[in-house]
Amino acid sequence: MNCKEAQNLINGYVDGELDLVRNLEIEHHIQECALCTQSYKNQQLLRNEIKTGSFYFKAPADLQRRIQLSLRKATKAEGRAWVLPKWWFNIAAPMAAAAVMVLALVPFLRGPSADDLLAREIVSSHVRSLMASHLADVPSSDQHTVKPWFAGKVNFSPPVEDLAKQGFPLIGGRLDYLDNRPVAALIYQRQKHFINLFIWPSESDSAVETKTVSRQGYNLSHWTRSGMTYWAASDLNNAELQEFVQLLQNQTSPTS
Amino acid sequence: MGEKDKLARFEQVILPHLDAAYNLARWLTRNEDDAKDMAQEAYLRAFKFFDAFRGVDGRAWLLTIVRNTCYTWLQQNRAHDITTMFDEEIHSADSDTSNPATLVLQSADHEILRQALDELPVEFREVVVLRDLEDFSYKEIAEIANIPAGTVMSRLARARERLKQVLSNRLKKEA
Repeated sequence: MNCKEAQNLINGYVDGELDLVRNLEIEHHIQECALCTQSYKNQQLLRNEIKTGSFYFKAPADLQRRIQLSLRKATKAEGRAWVLPKWWFNIAAPMAAAAVMVLALVPFLRGPSADDLLAREIVSSHVRSLMASHLADVPSSDQHTVKPWFAGKVNFSPPVEDLAKQGFPLIGGRLDYLDNRPVAALIYQRQKHFINLFIWPSESDSAVETKTVSRQGYNLSHWTRSGMTYWAASDLNNAELQEFVQLLQNQTSPTS
Repeated sequence: MGEKDKLARFEQVILPHLDAAYNLARWLTRNEDDAKDMAQEAYLRAFKFFDAFRGVDGRAWLLTIVRNTCYTWLQQNRAHDITTMFDEEIHSADSDTSNPATLVLQSADHEILRQALDELPVEFREVVVLRDLEDFSYKEIAEIANIPAGTVMSRLARARERLKQVLSNRLKKEA
């Protein structure tokens, strides 16, 4: 090994990065050559100075804490983005949404929705009465026959009016079951259309104005007056049904 | 692995190398505040990619990230530092290969040497820091700095030559 080769390898030698053969070669050369010995000594001196000198910057005292805080912040932020959705969000979010929906619906559930269920029941009852040729338990156009028929069957006496003169002849009466209670059903006719008028005592005495809804092609009108709740259901057009309702209300209010 | 477990393991395996991370960042940015920022950013990145850490040496893995973080920052904020070329004129002017003067270090040389190291181009500075301050092997340095092992050796040789030269110039001035 000559000096040039030795100089090229001297860093590797100082750093202990040479293979065994090269290591022995350069050691041999350094022993023989004063120039390379000096070079080697300088190299070692420099290396020791850098290594042992206070060239190493230790982390400032606050840095670890600062990094730990930022890591926790990042973990939380990441948690918000992907950990919580895995369990918390999947459960809590729909629950919260459902709670909001329920809360929002409460006023409607108490009012329209109860009526809605009842309206469905009434349409079903109306349809059933027409299907099963069971329109009337007491087929009579005489209100004085129909009205007493209910006595003993229901615990109230439904007002029965004959509106034959006004074009809505009474067909008869029937016992029905609605809203978890037995109710009186009166059947009226308008040409080929039948009207079921369901009557039962209302829970409160206060009158309720006529409301009209449409279900499955049937028109429904309901109101409360003189402690009775009335539901009229028919496939009759709404205008004629309202005429019927008006006639009935005019009849019942002053007399009974 | 839950985020909490991941963080606990990360702090156990990687956080102990904070001094190494800061030291490298400090030598690469040459500024305390920037070094702190770089160390913090590197740790956040390391945590993000911690799932991918399969190695045995957390320090080498972390310093690779610190180095990359610093280089990105240097490119954006200290483009001049990166493009600084090795001053071959001074370097080759009076190589001690031909006539190596005996280095006798004095207490004042310490600061001269520190300054000389600080003024080395960044790619030479980093190999000295990784070799002499962190004691990484050429192979490990090659991986951290993403350069061939032969380049590690040649850069170290040139960097050290320069440092010796600065010191011997001081000796000459005194003489």
